[in-house]
Amino acid sequence: MYTQGLDQGDKETQASAGTPEQLAAFQERIDAEEKIEAKDWMPEAYRRTLIRQISQHAHSEVIGMQPEGNWLTRAPSLKRKAILLAKVQDEGGHGLYLYSAAETLGISRDQMVADLLSGKAKYSSIFNYPTVNWADIGAIGWLVDGAAIMNQIPLCRCSYGPYARAMVRVCKEESFHQRQGYELLLTLCRGSAEQKAMAQDALNRWWWPSLMMFGPNDSESKHSAQSMAWKIKRFSNDELRQKFVDVTVQQAEFLGISVPDPDLKLDKKTGHYTFGEIDWQEFIDVIAGNGPCNKQRLEKRQKAHSDGEWVREAAQAYASKQAARAAA
Amino acid sequence: MSNDQALINYTLRLADNALILSQRMIELVAAAPELEEELANANFALDFIGQARLFYSYAGELEGKGRGEDDFAFMRDENEFCNLLLLEQPNGHFGDALVRQFLFEAFYGHLLDALTHCSDKGLAEIAARAIKEVKYHCRHSSQWLVRLGDGTELSHECVQVSLDDVWRYTGEMFVADEIDTAIQENIDGPDLGAIRALWKRDVEKTVAEATLRLPVDEWMASGGKQGQHSEHLGFMLAEMQYLQRSFPGETW
Ligand SMILES: [Fe+2]
Ligand SMILES: [Fe+2]
Repeated sequence: MYTQGLDQGDKETQASAGTPEQLAAFQERIDAEEKIEAKDWMPEAYRRTLIRQISQHAHSEVIGMQPEGNWLTRAPSLKRKAILLAKVQDEGGHGLYLYSAAETLGISRDQMVADLLSGKAKYSSIFNYPTVNWADIGAIGWLVDGAAIMNQIPLCRCSYGPYARAMVRVCKEESFHQRQGYELLLTLCRGSAEQKAMAQDALNRWWWPSLMMFGPNDSESKHSAQSMAWKIKRFSNDELRQKFVDVTVQQAEFLGISVPDPDLKLDKKTGHYTFGEIDWQEFIDVIAGNGPCNKQRLEKRQKAHSDGEWVREAAQAYASKQAARAAA
Repeated sequence: MSNDQALINYTLRLADNALILSQRMIELVAAAPELEEELANANFALDFIGQARLFYSYAGELEGKGRGEDDFAFMRDENEFCNLLLLEQPNGHFGDALVRQFLFEAFYGHLLDALTHCSDKGLAEIAARAIKEVKYHCRHSSQWLVRLGDGTELSHECVQVSLDDVWRYTGEMFVADEIDTAIQENIDGPDLGAIRALWKRDVEKTVAEATLRLPVDEWMASGGKQGQHSEHLGFMLAEMQYLQRSFPGETW
């Protein structure tokens, strides 16, 4: 998911602070479905897990502006241009909103941004794939926002109040994006043969990376059990992935394009689709920084940050001059 | 030129200004100095795209030949675009883009204000809607000009150079040609001389507050309004129009 890097293991969070009584009381509140708020006591590991998860989520929103932003100047109608720009703006807004939620846990946005720019912090692997044809914009809305929703709807009930509340608002917008993306593809699929081929090409390239968004198989996922106990996570990676496949395959059928998986078939007994093996080596490579666009995405962010330094400095200098003038 | 044709052409100028500036602004997406600015830029660009769509649709209505917003935006050639040269200039750095924005919007705000009082109901309605957006943009860009001008030594120097460099493109806004004159006479449209005075007053005030020096009027570039563009516009259109041109007549 947007926070799939979490599943890669983290030594820091193995340490837990607090007395056994504190920890028991904390777990009791969680079990009673109470929301934990910023000022409440919480185990250090809980706090760190959330910081990592929320900041990765925020970084994903911000980096995610790039692959879609790539088509802004080339959108084939003014209406599509406006829809795409509004979507990209929403994603930036999600980033801002999530950084604020993470800040309630005692980390600054500057620190989070520094971690992203240095390559220390992760973001979703999905945004390291290129958008090479116009249908990719539809595929991202349909599949990427669609996969994000699968994960984020349960997060609306996350035990940490500020994150849960952020997710409620974010989810509304993501489902809007998902519908718009699907509608874009539907228009192409009802259009000319060339347009339909664009849609098929996009599905071919985005299908597997979308499935990877849910993170490793449950057997490989290192953090799931603790996150489940803390009610940060409600469903396992594989459960969510299965839910996504079940919904999405039928949507692809309605579009009239085919999912690029020869092993995909409906299991009549369970009512679920079974699907082929994900290329986990590709997943590991992309998470490790070796995807088609990792370098480009990070460099663009670094450049924006360094190009903007004189601007931020000027704003700060002006603000202090103003403060000094007001005091005089 | 007939009065009807003048109104169509004038409306297309307004549309082209909004579209070409928004096209430059969206080139800046994911490159802002901070996230708040990222959102503001996208927001303002969205306003301009919205305005362009309204103006294009209105021009199509006036023309009555079945052309819609996308026909105007994607199927016209460079010499049919009649945006100001200022707006097609490359983005440069944050200060360059900001100064372009500031100088244009200071003009555009007054222009829209005048149009809300014109006797053409269609234009007046669009102008009344757009002016609310543009007034807000003006405040934003003025504040940034002051921050940069009165910020650090470096930012002061940078933005002064931006102002000096782009100044040559401001003259065109106020030179009334046949179409501007027709609009003023036929529909009680904007008086560009009066707008220049208002623009100068506003620009001088903000430039002074920003501790910057107002450039001296020297040679001024012109021709954009009449379809004579700089080398930059062709590339912008090639990029913007390529899908529509590659697959003409399709629905997107
Ligand atoms: Fe988002
Ligand atoms: Fe989204």
